[in-house]
Amino acid sequence: MSEMKKIKNLKEFSTSADRFEGANLLCPGCAHSIIVREVLNATNDDLVLSASTGCLEVCTAVYPYTSWDASWIHIGFENGSTAVAGAEAMYNALKKKGRLKQPERNPKFISFAGDGASYDIGFQWISGCFERGHNIMHVVLDNEVYANTGGQRSSSTPIGGSNTTTPAGTHSYGEKQNKKDMMAIMAAHGGPYVAQVSPNKWKDMVKKIQHGFSVDGPVFINAASQCCTEWKFDPKDTMHLADLSTDTLAWPLYEIIDGKELNITYRPKNVIPVEEYLAAQGRFKHLFKDEYKYLIKEWQERVDSNWAYLNRREEARV
Amino acid sequence: MANTGWDEFEIGAMLRSFDGKIDDIAGTLQEDRAYSQNNSFVASVADWRIEKPVFNKDFCIDCQFCWIYCPDISIISRDKKMIGVDMDHCKGCGICVEVCPTNPKSLLMFPEHADEEAELAKWPEKDEEKK
Repeated sequence: MSEMKKIKNLKEFSTSADRFEGANLLCPGCAHSIIVREVLNATNDDLVLSASTGCLEVCTAVYPYTSWDASWIHIGFENGSTAVAGAEAMYNALKKKGRLKQPERNPKFISFAGDGASYDIGFQWISGCFERGHNIMHVVLDNEVYANTGGQRSSSTPIGGSNTTTPAGTHSYGEKQNKKDMMAIMAAHGGPYVAQVSPNKWKDMVKKIQHGFSVDGPVFINAASQCCTEWKFDPKDTMHLADLSTDTLAWPLYEIIDGKELNITYRPKNVIPVEEYLAAQGRFKHLFKDEYKYLIKEWQERVDSNWAYLNRREEARV
Repeated sequence: MANTGWDEFEIGAMLRSFDGKIDDIAGTLQEDRAYSQNNSFVASVADWRIEKPVFNKDFCIDCQFCWIYCPDISIISRDKKMIGVDMDHCKGCGICVEVCPTNPKSLLMFPEHADEEAELAKWPEKDEEKK
């Protein structure tokens, strides 16, 4: 059981038996469950899962139903990662004492959380897990907003986004702070593997998840989760938005090994102007008014300089 | 158990996903699992739909794009073949239609009340202008 599941192509992948069930209450077109499926199907091993408070948690555990076919726990907004880390510590202790009933099984410990529960509220707890070096994986479903509670800004919300607590209007263009660079922060913790993924690049995602399972130590996965409700686009366009985010480099795909070695894992053949990514979402529509158009230019400059930075990091190997 | 109110539980009560013991969930397909009444698999969100996807297997190339990108585990693929849509769990988002690469598409959205046989009979022809 402990050897890695072989997934050569999508046809082979499609023989997986899903361990996440339908009739959950996520919005139609929500990218959360696409990401969860891609993560869970990447392994055949047993799973110990947690979800911090957020869309995923409230929509998959509505009494009397559960959508999870594996051990699953939810405690609070902040401590999903710590709950899984505790389970991992107990597993290791029992293993050491020889008290596991099925020692040949090799469970995977995964904690799911939204950007609110990772970038803001649960940050200290994830930081603690990384510092203690638990063998867990923390997956962020980053939809750049507190979507569950009605669209308040989080520290992951990018500049210019109109949210309920930072609405755009005559006096404001919306969110004024830039998105927190969570990847760099987690890499600085010295974890063995930190990676950014997007659901449209499933093969890249599965490769990174499996690499995350194979390393010993805490793994941080930052997944772009397109939110049709709060980003204001048609539910059918979820994958189109994901394609735009990776091809405009607004969401570059890369990994950082041991906090140092940075590898860019996807280089778009034709880089699209970031304007197209912004234009596809209702939350940025005010940026196309004359008085706020300068922000689009700033967006492009920010994306370009970030891409240049990533390329230089990749070259320098430091 | 499913008839018990959420505040009528004894402390330590368990809601299980399955009735009985399953040793290898990852190796057991959905039709072979003994789902309990507490698994959302037994529920339905079919009444969320305004439009439904209709699958035309004549044009399907089994690329499985719809399977991987379906958020609701509603595309049923067995032995590397796409065999249909799970209408109890489909919410009608339309992602499967958008990602379908065939020409004409093998999945199209129709109003919920549309007759599947009739729509299949007048399926669009190949669009020559498209690459």
